Parts: sequence; C-alpha cells; structure tokens
Amino acid sequence: MFYREAGDFKTSYVDDGQTFPIKFDRYRYYFVLFVAFAIVPLLVNDYWVNAIFLPFLIYSIAAIGLNILVGYCGQVSLGTGGFMAVGAYACYKFMTGMDIWIGGVQYALPPINIFFSVILAGFVTAFVGLLFGLPSLRIKGFYLAVATLAAQFFLVWLFNKWSWAYNYSASGQINAPEREIFGVAITGPSTEAWATYLFCLVFATLTALVARNLTRGSVGRKWMAIRDMDIAAEIIGVNPLRAKLSAFAVSSFYVGIAGALFFAVYLGAVEVGEAFGIQKSFIVLFMVIIGGLGSIFGSFAGAAFLVLLPVLLKLMLADQAQSISPVANVFGWLFLALFAISAIMFLVSAVRSRSIISTSALYWLGASIATFIIYALTIGGMGWPTDIVAHLQFVIVGALIIIFLVAEPHGLAQLWRVSKEKLRLWPFPH
Amino acid sequence: MKTRLATMAVAAVMAAGPVMADLVFPSLSYRTGPYAAGGIPFADGYADYFTLLNERDGGIGGVPVRVPECETGYNTEKGVECYESTKGEGSLVYQPLSTGITYQLIPKVTADGIPLHTMGYGRTSAANGEVFSHVFNYPANYWNGASVGINHLLDINDGDLSGKSVALVYHNSAYGKEPIRTLEELSEKHGYELSLLPVDHPGQEQKSQWLQIRRNQPDYVIMYGWGVMNQVAIQEAANIRFPMENFIGIWWSGAEHDVTPAGDAADGYKAITFHNVGSDFPIFEDIQEHVVDKGLAAGAGDQIGKVLYNRGLYAAMLAAEAAKTAQEMHDTADITPAMMRDGMEALEVTEELMTELGMPNFGPSFSVSCENHGGPGLGGITQWDASAGEWSLITDFMESDKEVIQPLIKADSEAYAEEAGVEMRCN
Repeated sequence: MFYREAGDFKTSYVDDGQTFPIKFDRYRYYFVLFVAFAIVPLLVNDYWVNAIFLPFLIYSIAAIGLNILVGYCGQVSLGTGGFMAVGAYACYKFMTGMDIWIGGVQYALPPINIFFSVILAGFVTAFVGLLFGLPSLRIKGFYLAVATLAAQFFLVWLFNKWSWAYNYSASGQINAPEREIFGVAITGPSTEAWATYLFCLVFATLTALVARNLTRGSVGRKWMAIRDMDIAAEIIGVNPLRAKLSAFAVSSFYVGIAGALFFAVYLGAVEVGEAFGIQKSFIVLFMVIIGGLGSIFGSFAGAAFLVLLPVLLKLMLADQAQSISPVANVFGWLFLALFAISAIMFLVSAVRSRSIISTSALYWLGASIATFIIYALTIGGMGWPTDIVAHLQFVIVGALIIIFLVAEPHGLAQLWRVSKEKLRLWPFPH
Repeated sequence: MKTRLATMAVAAVMAAGPVMADLVFPSLSYRTGPYAAGGIPFADGYADYFTLLNERDGGIGGVPVRVPECETGYNTEKGVECYESTKGEGSLVYQPLSTGITYQLIPKVTADGIPLHTMGYGRTSAANGEVFSHVFNYPANYWNGASVGINHLLDINDGDLSGKSVALVYHNSAYGKEPIRTLEELSEKHGYELSLLPVDHPGQEQKSQWLQIRRNQPDYVIMYGWGVMNQVAIQEAANIRFPMENFIGIWWSGAEHDVTPAGDAADGYKAITFHNVGSDFPIFEDIQEHVVDKGLAAGAGDQIGKVLYNRGLYAAMLAAEAAKTAQEMHDTADITPAMMRDGMEALEVTEELMTELGMPNFGPSFSVSCENHGGPGLGGITQWDASAGEWSLITDFMESDKEVIQPLIKADSEAYAEEAGVEMRCN
C-alpha cells in the first residue's frame, strides 16, 4: 500500500538509477540518517557508545570491506585481523608523527590530524592488501584463503617484532594520545560519548555510501563478473588483474579504516596479538556470512547481530538489578505468566503435531523466547553465574549461526529482501 | 483490576524495602577462556574475602559490600563493556587481572576518577605516583619480580653471576615483554648472558623454544607466562630434563594447576611471589565458618588455599583496608571512589594489622605514598614439592634492586607523562 513503485514517477536517468527507487524506502533511509546523526548523539551515554555503538559501527566498516572482497569479488580472505592491525599501527604512526630514518638521519612528519590519520591508515592498508592480493592472480578458493591466512600471521608477528611500529615502547602496546577535531577530543581518555560516536558514524556513512556506489557501477560489475565466473569475465573483457587487485585494495582500505578506528577511538590501547588475532578475522567473516554475502545492508546487519547478541545475553542473564521498581515488578510477573503460557502452548502444539518444527510450534517457540527476553530485561537480568552465562553465550551464538545458515543461507540481507517483496504486495498478495 | 494492581504494587514496594547504599567492589573476572584456570581462583578469593567481611563484620565500617562480577574472558573488548557497565554503580576500585585491560583502563579511570589497583601486573611504571594519580600497583611489580629472581640466583651463586647464562621464556605480549629491559640492565650489572625466547599466545606450542634451550644449555630459565603456557613450559622443561630448581617462574607462573600436569617431574620448580602461600592462617578458619559452611563460597568452592586464591584474598584484603583508611580519613562510612583513592594512597600495612586480620606474615609490611604507588617491591621464592603437592615459601621477602628499577620507572613514566600530557603531582 505504502511500499510501491506505482505513482512514483521518474523523469530523469539520475532519478531512475538511484539507490532507493521506492519513495517509502528513500524516506526511511533519510529518517534513519536523521535519527543517527541528530537524535542518537543527544541520548547516548558512555555505556551505549563504548559497548554498543562504536563496536557496531567499526565492525560494520570492516564487514563492508570484507564483503567487497568475499561477497562481491568472490576472493576468500582470512587476513582481516592482520589488515586491521596495519590500519591501527599506521594510524598510530601518523597521529604521533611518523619518523623515518634515511642514511642515519631522522626525518619526522608532524603529527597529522586524526581524521586524516585514519584516511591515510586506510591507504597504507590498501597498499599492503594489494601486495597480499597478488597471489589471487594465480590461486583461488581454499588456496587463496591459506595465502591470506599467512598474511594474518605474518602481520601480527611483524607488529610484535618491529619496535619502530610501536615507537619503541617497552611493552609493545600502542596508546592513542589525545587528539582533537575542531577542539573536540576524539581520542584519548577525556572524550565525550557523542563525539566519538559521530566521528565513527561519519566514517561508517561515507564508507557505506562509497561502497554502495562502487558496487552499483562498472567497478562492482567487474568484481561480480569475476566472482560468478572468472574465465567468462575475462572473455567478455574484464581484466582480472585490475579487478582482483582493485577489490583487494578497496577492501583493505575499508578494513584499515576499521582497524584505525578500532584502535584510536574505541579501545585507545591495543596489543596486536590480543586485539588483531585470528579470531578477529573469523568474527568479521561470520558477520559477512550471517549478514549476507554481497550486500551492504547485510554488512550492517551482520555486525549488529554479532555485537548486540552477546551484550543482550549478558544484560538478560548475567546482570542483576539491585532494586526493582514496583511497576517493573508487576510487568515482570505479567511477562513471566505470558512466557509460561507460550512455553506450555509450544509443548502442546509440539505434542499435537508430533513435530517441533511444525508451524504452530515454531510460532509458540518464538513467542516464548520473546516473552522470556522481555521478562529478563524487565526485571533487570536473571543474575546467573557469569561463567555459565559466558558458556551459554557461545552455545547460543553458535547455534544461531548454524540455524541461520540452514534456514537462510543468504543471511539477514535475504530476509530483508524477502520481507520487502512481501511489503510491496501487501495487503493484496494475489 | 485497578485495585488489585495497586495492592500488588504496594506489596512489591514493601518487599523491596529501602535501598541500602553499599560499597561496590566490581570483580572483572574471567572464569572462561584460555586463562580461566588462573582467573577462577583469583575471582573466588576476591569474592570470598568480601563475603567474609559481610557475614562476620557486617561489611566495612558497618556498610555492606557488594561485589558485582563481570566476565571479561581476558578479552579487552569485553573488559571495556564490563568497565562501562559497572562504573556508574559507584565502583570503588578496579582490579582487572589482565595487563591488556589495564592499559586500556589507565587513561579511562584517571579521567573518571576511579582508582585502579593492578597488583603485580599492568603497567610497571604506574608505580610512579607523580605521574599516575589513580593507578596503584603495590606491593610489587614485574620489574621487582625480575630483580628478585636475579637476586635469588645471586644468593645461590654466592653473589656472582658472571659467565652464567639466563634465558627468559616469555608470553609474547605487553605482559611478557615487561621484564626485558630490567633483565638487560641487570645483565650488564652482574655479567650474566641473557637470551630471549618469546612464546606466542596462547602458548600451547613451545617445542622450538625448548629445543633452543636444550641446545644452548642456559644455566637458568626465568619464565613470564600465564595460562596454559605455564603448564606446557613446565612439561617441556621436564621433557628435556632441565633441572627444575634452575627454572624460576614469575608469580603468574607459580600456581598448583601449572605444575600438577607434569606430575613428579615438576618437583623443585620455583616461583617468585609477593604473598604467602598455603592455608595455614587463622583467616581460613573464619572463611570456613562464615563463608563455606553457610554455602556462600564463590564459584565451586574448591579453590580455597590455592596460590591464586590467596592472591585474590590478599587483593581483597588490601582493598578493604584501603577502604577502611578512607573511611577514617574522611570520617564517613559511605565513601566515594575519590575518597577510596585517598585511602589507597595513605594505606599502611603492618605486621600487627595482618596478624589482627588473621593473616600473619601473609605479605610484606609496607606503606603507600603520593610519590610511590608501587610499594616496597619485596618478593620471596616459593618452591613446589610434588610429593606433598604443595608450594612452600623458601626465602624471606627480599629487596629488589631499586638502583636499577627506579631510574627505569622514572624514565618510562615520564615518557608517558609527556606523551599523554600529564602534569606531575605531589609537589
């Protein structure tokens, strides 16, 4: 009814080729941007920014980067953690003043503004990514994955060994000193929540815009041609060297920016083995796969899923409210009763239909999970032992990944696409 | 319906009762992940001591203590989440038991005005209180540990180490790299030859390092390890038949779970410590009576009296005493993080105090000052007896080489002050 093409007339090619051709979609997009830029900064506090928004935005940028390489160009990479480390260390060197020794004489750049440090860090990472992308011209699939895995281990080793990269500090840690933009602190200890949030949001928005338009244009089409069948692509005139290397460079640029923000704005101090180990590569790959290969929205969705889920589980299960307001108490009982009803209904329908995955049982299962979440959040957490919750987190996140990949191999982005298709016909599907 | 809701609401209010202000000591623990074996006993000891205070004395100065626990898994990102989620509750002091998380929290706690106590870990140069206003690492730090180890080697070699060779097996991270500079300085002073053998996280694979040790035959091996790395190293040392009494671990490499996997072969392995070991102290009777028998023991309750449990207990004791000091200084039972910081800076631990607490000779007696946040830097040596299955303290708490360490602390902290733009205090 609202979500439709009909009646939205395009009078120019520019209009016709825009990212969101449906009016409702376009306004929703403007609304999201408005909320993110104008409303959220007024409401956030340290906890929301440092525990939720910063990791979400930064991982989104990394996931977009990896999505360009894996999802659009079809080149598997396990080196994301290493490339993030390049971004982080490059940003550190630029923001503290890069020193270079040529023939025993030291030349030092002045410290560069943090915004440009992050961008330059992206370019350095793009160059490194280009180098490690060279093997992709000869090898594919698993073999390329192993080559990029080598990049991961080599880069972590390098930043542990090469004391120039961490300014010869005794511990090998890098610490982000305080840096400002327009007099507002962006890095360092005395930052305001809204400032760091907006800084990362600007990067996330810009990178997402550029990525979206790259992938819609000729560059992206070349990548996709290579992904779908590289020999056919070569025959129709796509240069595989330029297509593959440009994908590696652009992808690494994004990942480098994510690494720089991760170090400078989010954590403030990192140690390469701990922060940029192999698990980082995997988690970003999970984000891309769960979110949906070859989708910018999927990158955001995947990052949100893997960042928010552990925090949500922790708030639900491990936390314990000191005092519960009477209103919350009443609602808590209400939701507990609803949870009990849906759990019983789930059992009843499962027994009746002799199957757990029958439609009605699944509905009741969903209802009981939803009511339990609401119940736990209303009463301020269940207060279970932290180690049990931590183990449960692994179980739940792992199970959800498996369920997701079985039920919807194309990820959250595909769910989004399907629901949009349904919306288009709503409320007259026939 | 309306009246029923109202009655329920009233009943709920009455059940909840007045909100008690309590002293919050958050525990950023890790009971999962690669370092859980070390994290669990420490967290248990930390929690049990405060439970004891609540049960036996009704808290600290009459105010009950609350220890909200937050699982970090030794992961810095989760550490940030834990810090941000607990700092608003009036948290008095943070003890993350992780060097990585410590580096992250140092600027944050200073900006937020909450003290950070990193006992025997973290940033060593935080001992300089002139630069680090909110960070404390008494009673000893990594560099003291390295120096105490070398002093012990001097003792058993009649004061002469020239021509000897020492290998450092270390966790290839900020933590493991800490002692390198000290050991290098000491090697110049005492004339031993130092070789460095890094082990990458998590440390399950150490074949090449121990092959090098077997080939080069160093006289002594010092280890800065944590988690599974310790067990593997001790097993590998046993495999190449390295004499265990010449193998010395730092205090994070000297717990029961580190040596038991190697069985009898680990007999004689030594570790540096800054507090006493074993459960032969009066306080353990109190813990049995007020905590264990009431079913209030933290975790599974099977860690009591282990080395790292004692360390958690000691950390909690120092925190509680600092809180008491703060209460006396500011003449209020309900202290704020800022008052807690003052209390930590004025903390004085004497032998009488420890005896009174049921912990005689549990640690060195010391006092903290504005300039010195690092305490005296005393350390002792413990040795593992595999047949008895227990650690025992074989030396007194001895001095470390302040001549070497103090200039290093000064240089490193001043470099930090310049980088971070910190003004010197204590003038």
